[in-house]
Amino acid sequence: MRTILFIVRKEFLQIFRHKVMLPLIFLMPIIQLVILAHAADFEVKNINLHIVDQDKSLASQQLISKFQASRNFNIVGYSFSSRLAFDKIQSGDADLFLEIPPHFHRGLIRDNKASLQLSVNAINGVQAGLANAYANAIIQDFNGQIRTEWAKTRAGAAPAGLSITYSNWFNPEMNYKTFMVPGILVLLVTLIGMFLSGMNIVKEKEIGTIEQINVTPIRKYQFIIGKLLPFWIIALVELSIGLVVGWLVFDIPFVGSLWLIYSFAAIYLLVVLGLGLLVSTFTETQQQAMFISWFLLIIFILMSGLFTPIESMPEWAQAITHFNPVAYFVEVMRMVLLKGSNFMDIRLHFIVMLTAALAVNVLAVVNYRKTN
Amino acid sequence: MNDTTMPTTQAIQVESLSKRYGKNAQALSQVSFEVGRGELFGLIGPDGAGKTTLIRILATLLLADEGQARVNGWEVRRDYRKIRSHIGYMPGRFSLYQDLSVEENLHFFATIFGTTIKENYELIHDIYVQLEPFRKRKAGKLSGGMKQKLALCCALIHKPVVLLLDEPTTGVDPVSRQEFWEMLKRLKEKDITILVSTPYMDEASLCDRVALIQKGNILSIDEPGGIVSAFDKPLLAVRTNDMYRLIQDLREFESAHSAFPFGEYVHLALRNSIWPEAIHAYLAGKEHTGIEIKPAQATIEDAFMELMTQE
Repeated sequence: MRTILFIVRKEFLQIFRHKVMLPLIFLMPIIQLVILAHAADFEVKNINLHIVDQDKSLASQQLISKFQASRNFNIVGYSFSSRLAFDKIQSGDADLFLEIPPHFHRGLIRDNKASLQLSVNAINGVQAGLANAYANAIIQDFNGQIRTEWAKTRAGAAPAGLSITYSNWFNPEMNYKTFMVPGILVLLVTLIGMFLSGMNIVKEKEIGTIEQINVTPIRKYQFIIGKLLPFWIIALVELSIGLVVGWLVFDIPFVGSLWLIYSFAAIYLLVVLGLGLLVSTFTETQQQAMFISWFLLIIFILMSGLFTPIESMPEWAQAITHFNPVAYFVEVMRMVLLKGSNFMDIRLHFIVMLTAALAVNVLAVVNYRKTN
Repeated sequence: MNDTTMPTTQAIQVESLSKRYGKNAQALSQVSFEVGRGELFGLIGPDGAGKTTLIRILATLLLADEGQARVNGWEVRRDYRKIRSHIGYMPGRFSLYQDLSVEENLHFFATIFGTTIKENYELIHDIYVQLEPFRKRKAGKLSGGMKQKLALCCALIHKPVVLLLDEPTTGVDPVSRQEFWEMLKRLKEKDITILVSTPYMDEASLCDRVALIQKGNILSIDEPGGIVSAFDKPLLAVRTNDMYRLIQDLREFESAHSAFPFGEYVHLALRNSIWPEAIHAYLAGKEHTGIEIKPAQATIEDAFMELMTQE
């Protein structure tokens, strides 16, 4: 026990000796959290809309004013030909254009139907999809309104119609930050945990200090625990800082129990640190360890459900996410912080994480040798 | 086989030890030797001779393919844990924490051996006083000689019975080298067995006994004087203005046994005693100028070269 303490003390001495380390560990995550949370917003605003109004009628004016009123769209220009509008998209001045054909108004009144054309630049698929959806919603709205108004004047009876409204549970204002911040926090803690622990042991190999350590009576488990414990503590401190920032800056609702978050984080970090340790057992230089950790992290992060919902992945990819510790922690964070899930709700997550922690660390310890 | 617990007179026993890296690199082949208690034993050999491999096997960092090795009576494979708490090991490469200070390094190594600096201070006192002015300095910022002294302190802090030093003086200035060897002599007086490897032949004479090692084989084990006196050929030191051609020409000389560069001279060993004038005439015939020939005292390097060519 005492030996572990000595190693931990030495590690902390070394970590805080480096002038870069302190800001790197504590300041960078806060900056990243603040920047990322503001930037990673999936809502698409300010879509540049070009309008081709070949009708110039009351109906077309009403439709255009509906687009003007929307905060999602910016009307950047008007023209009379779709060819001109297409040029605008080509040049990047507009993201989409709406073409209102001649006799739009007349068609609506006389035949009770009219057609519109929406052309969207789909290079950015996400933006295109959303722009299309927003525009359709506005057109639907316009359609419903015009029917009601005209039906009144014509027959006096309102048409039967279903209108669907939404209620967003657990995040009533559909605030992306509320949704993103817990997830980004997971990333930051993971980055610190995996990189620092992985680099650290390899560094001893690279510099050769491990040679001196290996001839001491330090036992394997003492060395490994002594090495990982400091980063486990640092990562938990970092999680705390992140949660405070989330609470103060982003107003994250702390619906569930913080204890639950911390107990899960404690186990989760064992997995992450164990992975770092495992990487460091079969690499010789910090550079090698960096590349392998980075490779793993990229996959973990992109498949964590943080940026793209796991539900929308193909089935094989969904299967892979079952082995992604980051995905579990992101889910737990969101469930507990936003929804107030209790232990019973996330007991499966706990079981999976415990198993992973055990497997990864056993593998790492077996793979680490003092003698070769 | 209960002899591991019995106190043996030898501090280090090595019996037909072999180690191979990959398919073709035979680092050690059938090496056997013994080091007595309190002895200062030198492993002398060029780079790649197998010195580091041998020391790492004794330090329990490497497993041998064949053979047996005991340190203080403990078998390296089975009793590695006992060995680790009773030996001091200094790797060839500086292996202390460069970002920790002199004091912090020493303190750390003392604590993990379950001791304190105070407890064994008398052992390192002579060496540590020289480091004392720099005790707050980071180890990485020390000079080469100071680094070696610190490494030696850290290897001694738990009062080991056997000290394994892998090329401790490589890359150290001549003055520090001399100081270092004086320290080793003082440690020897404190009954610490020291096994030291070095590529410098001149350091061999400072050891009690040396083993000349080359390509994984021990060529000879003896006291430095014994190894030198085993060299029985007449020896001359020769120089001319064209040293490179001189070596070529001397090797073709019919009475020559061997010719090796030795500082400013070429050491020429002869098959039989002949008059130096005969050599002078031979060299003059080869158009050498500034010819100088004088008798030379054989050194351990000559003996080593001789043993190497016999292989």
